[in-house]
Amino acid sequence: MGAGRLYVAVAAGGFRRYATYRAATAAGVFTNTVFGLIIVCTYRALWDARPHLGGYDQAQAVTYVWLGQALLSTLAIGGGGAEEELMERIRTGDVAVDLYRPADLQLWWLAADLGRSCFQLLGRGVLPFLFGMLCFPAYLPSDAGTWLALLVTLALAMLVGFGIRYLLALSAFWLLDGAGVTRIAWLAGYFCSGMLLPLNVFPGTLGEVVRALPWSALLQAPADVLLGRADPLGVWLFQAGWAVALLGAGRLLQSAATRRVVVQGG
Amino acid sequence: MAEYGRVREGVRAYGLIAGMWVRSTMVYRASFVMTTFGNFAATFFDFVAIMLMFSRVDSLAGWSLPEVAFLYGLSAVAFGMADLLIGSMDRLGRRVRDGTLDTLLVRPAPVLAQVAADRFALRRLGRVTQGALVLGWSLSRLEVAWTPLKLLLMPVMVAGGCGIFCAVFVAGAAFQFLAQDASEVQNAFTYGGTTLLQYPPAVFTEELVRGVTFVLPLAFVNWVPAAYVLGRPYPLGLPGWTAFVSPLVALACCALAGLAWRAGLRSYRSTGS
Repeated sequence: MGAGRLYVAVAAGGFRRYATYRAATAAGVFTNTVFGLIIVCTYRALWDARPHLGGYDQAQAVTYVWLGQALLSTLAIGGGGAEEELMERIRTGDVAVDLYRPADLQLWWLAADLGRSCFQLLGRGVLPFLFGMLCFPAYLPSDAGTWLALLVTLALAMLVGFGIRYLLALSAFWLLDGAGVTRIAWLAGYFCSGMLLPLNVFPGTLGEVVRALPWSALLQAPADVLLGRADPLGVWLFQAGWAVALLGAGRLLQSAATRRVVVQGG
Repeated sequence: MAEYGRVREGVRAYGLIAGMWVRSTMVYRASFVMTTFGNFAATFFDFVAIMLMFSRVDSLAGWSLPEVAFLYGLSAVAFGMADLLIGSMDRLGRRVRDGTLDTLLVRPAPVLAQVAADRFALRRLGRVTQGALVLGWSLSRLEVAWTPLKLLLMPVMVAGGCGIFCAVFVAGAAFQFLAQDASEVQNAFTYGGTTLLQYPPAVFTEELVRGVTFVLPLAFVNWVPAAYVLGRPYPLGLPGWTAFVSPLVALACCALAGLAWRAGLRSYRSTGS
């Protein structure tokens, strides 16, 4: 009970921390809206040339774009969540302080990251999405069930997203400088989550491979649920499976790291 | 003469600081290799998105893949060079916030040169290289009726485009004196700008094309000059000579950005911490 309250407090702290920077949030909303505008124009040209590409009609493609812009920072698809700070703490040696705390390292950072995600969804995600829905002919489901299913999918996507990024952060125990890993994670996140192009538009085997990878749980899975293209239950199972696998791997790596690696002093 | 001396001093300071950062990057060699590759691959993935699109369609708004690749290569090379030269300027907001800009103010070198060279990253060559490769590929596929004028326009266009993007970076940094936390707004114009220019103007709504022609003249990076080289109609029905004005547009933009930078620097108030 006591431990549960601790993590709730950490999550609330994460939420409030990001809520403090209003100018940064407004700037983020602006940037996501501009990128959404650019991408939506290219998608509309693409769907003009090839209607029903990937099983979407043009309105669904528009919704997909704005969902992507809403989830980009929420799920830190390109990085920029709690893992960046953890990496820096490992590099400077501050992580020793974290390990002394009477709390679990992974759960602590998971809670902080969930708090951040929730704020980014409300503060940064909703506005560009609404803008897109109002300014372009978009597809929106009318039944409440789909929206509830979307919320569950988003919660699972947050877990998967953190699972991936926690593994990356721990690599700093061995590599020290996380810049390279961050960069490659950014790439993988963009490409494999469907930020560049919906994964069901990818041709042949490449499409099948990217749809099986954990990143597809971030954007493609919520989009499938929102656009009514998949059974929510199957999507949840897929996401939960990856969440368990990634968080489990994070546990293993964490115990290896804390046992074998000497913390940087200084 | 005094102006000339200041410019020379700035360039010298820039060279010294950039050289220092290159040496310091080389300490973490594995990370350097990964980031350079990452940079190369990041922009390559951008192009993969376009190739994936063209794996499903033959033309996008009436433009073929080599033509889009031509736009892409020009945009990527011009932006990549600007990013390599002064791409670190988007860190200015952070420096204003934590007060480390003060250190730069007391050093005997122009602040603009110091900020521009801050964290100079050689890995950004990855983007330029990738853009140049795509540009080369597109040129091998396009059947352009080359004239001396068109050949001359190529380097002029790239230099002009680099100048325009540099001005956007400097103006963005000047804006951060005011906005501090809002450094991300800059990304909408820098990264957003280069992404926009990778696609043919016909893809976008007319208001958007108007905006990036007359308000923020990104169209002169590649859209307008490329229309001349490819022999395509100009966006917005601009007159023919506009294909050659990129360097002038770049100069005007840089002058305005310079003024904005001075105003921004003058309004700077230290956090005092």
